[in-house]
Amino acid sequence: MSTVIETPAPASHEHPEAHEHVSYLKDGYSIWSWLFTVDHKRIGILYLVFLIVFFAVGGTFAGLVRLNLISPHGSILDNDTYNKTFTAHGVVMLFLFLIPSIPAVMGNFFVPMMIGAKDMAFPKLNIASWYVWIIGAGCAIWALLAGGLDTGWTLYPPYSSRFTHTNVVPGVFGVFVMGFSSIMTGLNIIVTIHRMRCPGMTWGRLPLFCWAMYATSLIQLLATPVLAITLALLMVEAASNALGNPIGIFDPSLDGDPVLFQHMFWFYSHPAVYIMIIPGMGVVSEILTCFSRKNIFGYTAVAWSSVGIAIIGFLVWAHHMFVAGISYYAALLFSFLTMLVAVPSAIKVFNWTSTLYRGAISFQAPMIFALGFLVLFTIGGLTGLPLATLGSDIHLHDTYYVVAHFHFVMVGGMVLAFLGALHYWWPKMFGVMYSDFWSRIGSILVIVGYILTFMPQFWLGYHGMPRRYPNYPPEFQFLNIMSTAGYTVQLAGFLTILTYLTISLFNGKKAGPNPWAATGLEWMTPSPPITHNFDHTPRVVCGPYEYSLNLTQTGERADVR
Amino acid sequence: MSDSAGALRHHFEDIEQQRGAERLGMWMFLATEILFFGGVFLAYTVYRHWYAKDFADVSGRLNVLVAGINTLLLLTSSMTMMFAIRAAQLGDRRRLMNFLAISAVLGAGFMGFKVYEYNQDYHEGLMPWRANFGKVPIHDPDHPGSPERTLEEQWHEKGVSPQRCRLFMTFYFIMTGIHGLHLIIGIACILVLWGRAYLGWITPDRYVAVEVTSLYWHLVDAIWLFLMPLLYLAGPHHSLHL
Repeated sequence: MSTVIETPAPASHEHPEAHEHVSYLKDGYSIWSWLFTVDHKRIGILYLVFLIVFFAVGGTFAGLVRLNLISPHGSILDNDTYNKTFTAHGVVMLFLFLIPSIPAVMGNFFVPMMIGAKDMAFPKLNIASWYVWIIGAGCAIWALLAGGLDTGWTLYPPYSSRFTHTNVVPGVFGVFVMGFSSIMTGLNIIVTIHRMRCPGMTWGRLPLFCWAMYATSLIQLLATPVLAITLALLMVEAASNALGNPIGIFDPSLDGDPVLFQHMFWFYSHPAVYIMIIPGMGVVSEILTCFSRKNIFGYTAVAWSSVGIAIIGFLVWAHHMFVAGISYYAALLFSFLTMLVAVPSAIKVFNWTSTLYRGAISFQAPMIFALGFLVLFTIGGLTGLPLATLGSDIHLHDTYYVVAHFHFVMVGGMVLAFLGALHYWWPKMFGVMYSDFWSRIGSILVIVGYILTFMPQFWLGYHGMPRRYPNYPPEFQFLNIMSTAGYTVQLAGFLTILTYLTISLFNGKKAGPNPWAATGLEWMTPSPPITHNFDHTPRVVCGPYEYSLNLTQTGERADVR
Repeated sequence: MSDSAGALRHHFEDIEQQRGAERLGMWMFLATEILFFGGVFLAYTVYRHWYAKDFADVSGRLNVLVAGINTLLLLTSSMTMMFAIRAAQLGDRRRLMNFLAISAVLGAGFMGFKVYEYNQDYHEGLMPWRANFGKVPIHDPDHPGSPERTLEEQWHEKGVSPQRCRLFMTFYFIMTGIHGLHLIIGIACILVLWGRAYLGWITPDRYVAVEVTSLYWHLVDAIWLFLMPLLYLAGPHHSLHL
């Protein structure tokens, strides 16, 4: 790294020549300039707007579930409506929020900027992916509102094909269509990272967020098609039932095999869990180094552990099926492979902790979210081990323990990471700062509410409360009320965040190009960035996290602006 | 974008970077296609393994001659696509258009035979979603000269399960249907290329468009090479006729 200092700094930002180019937000104001845009940044914003709406919808369904569980016999919903409500919560949160969240918003917006490119490799495919997603989401939302589905998001046949009389075919079709959007985004990001890196941006200098997005995109690319064909087969079966001449691809009474569906479904849906968490890990790697002013500890290990999780993630799907009647030896193998995922995950956690060690830590909102992620993801990960163990899984399977475990990973992991990313990159995306005080309050509220919501569910599940049931024995009421109370605290947190972020858009303090004194290329542009990101193609001379030398990737001082 | 000065789009640094991106993008897309078909291949294989006898019987009633002709058509079309790439690289517009047209016609010929075959299946009562499945009297290939009987009677005699035969025919229509859909998309892409060649838009520096289309075309072709033995050669055929 001794050679980096002599590199002449490009003068582009020292002079206000950026005024020659307008920011991407001011490059056209009409509705068409947004709907027909091919700018990766605008597409990211389009995704963001709808994600927030869908998050609110999914959160409302969650609220209905929690309210219903206040009393042992169900307080507001009848049993059918309850089934439809938790199904809607699952479908909306997974397919309309979690899977596209960081990849489609932050991945779209920041991967090209972090590698010094003008745009994604396929800009038209990029906007097409948004339209496809909206069409699929519209279809799914319509199915959920006009009658709903009561199958749970896992859609197991023969219940989903033969016995339920709800909107399975349109709902599944919506998910099927959204899958193509996910594939398009993943393909675009992989090709972009492979082919669009600016001079000097070697794989060893690639920011860890890009590594994480690369691993995520691999999963999106290779797992989603399997879900697509599985859902297509399910739709054939469900449609043939609706038409009165049932074909039993997965129906045991018609010589089909329901376990085959579960294998194929989880071959996607387990890796999909990693689509939801690996981008969060990438975000946390960015934030932790920046707010502890230290180089990342073990760059190579963190980078390759993302790829490792993606690969091992493909080999563990049958751990969802330990009680479904798979062979004992297969269960043993899948149990072992599942434990193996803990290794790259732990590598990350230990490296992050070592990054914090003796760092100059400041507790602004992005950092609070990242630290929350670190703790909650660790809890979520460790509580997964009893589920991977064959004996204890028999006891815990399909209980609230499982619900708590995956919410710790999904919400405690991905939602916090998404919020962290939003807070970290907000000044870059919109050129304004939000309230420092209220953002700290908001982040703490979300984390505290979150722990209060899901911690009691470990106890509930361990003592045998099954998931997806609308009622429970009276002795579980106290813990259920605690959990619902946690939901309201979270709600207060989310509303706080929504409020101050909205206010900041209109009268937030203007942010400079690099308000956090961060080192990545995305901070080398004005805030908000100009349409083609960079005046000149940047030339990268060092690694992504030279905080100890206080150097950006182009070799300038990081803290001058 | 196509009206800009050269083949290079604004967000790429140089033409090789752009070509590399387009090729890699298509290869990645082909990977998703392989997994997409892989899922249904897996499901088919499971049932083929469990219900080998039933699958063999009903597979023997498919028209293997049509499938053979179709295989030839697709293989030839892949070859003409390769010639089209070379013609595009050399800037030989006439030959490019001819080879694209031949490929599209061969693909359309495949679809024509496929329609003919579906029609035959329809008249033999092999549509698994119809109520007359297995109930149409047809000729028994095992006993040439015997009177026509319904498939259900023939299956009953041999101990073959009609339900499992329905499962086979379901997979047959799903797999060949999805493949046919891919082929139609491929033909549409070739026709678009032909139109662009006609307008003189495919200059030698834009040959990659032909190349990536051919990659897709070859994949659809290759998938057929797996579908054909899996579906048509799962059991013995006693007669060859159109």
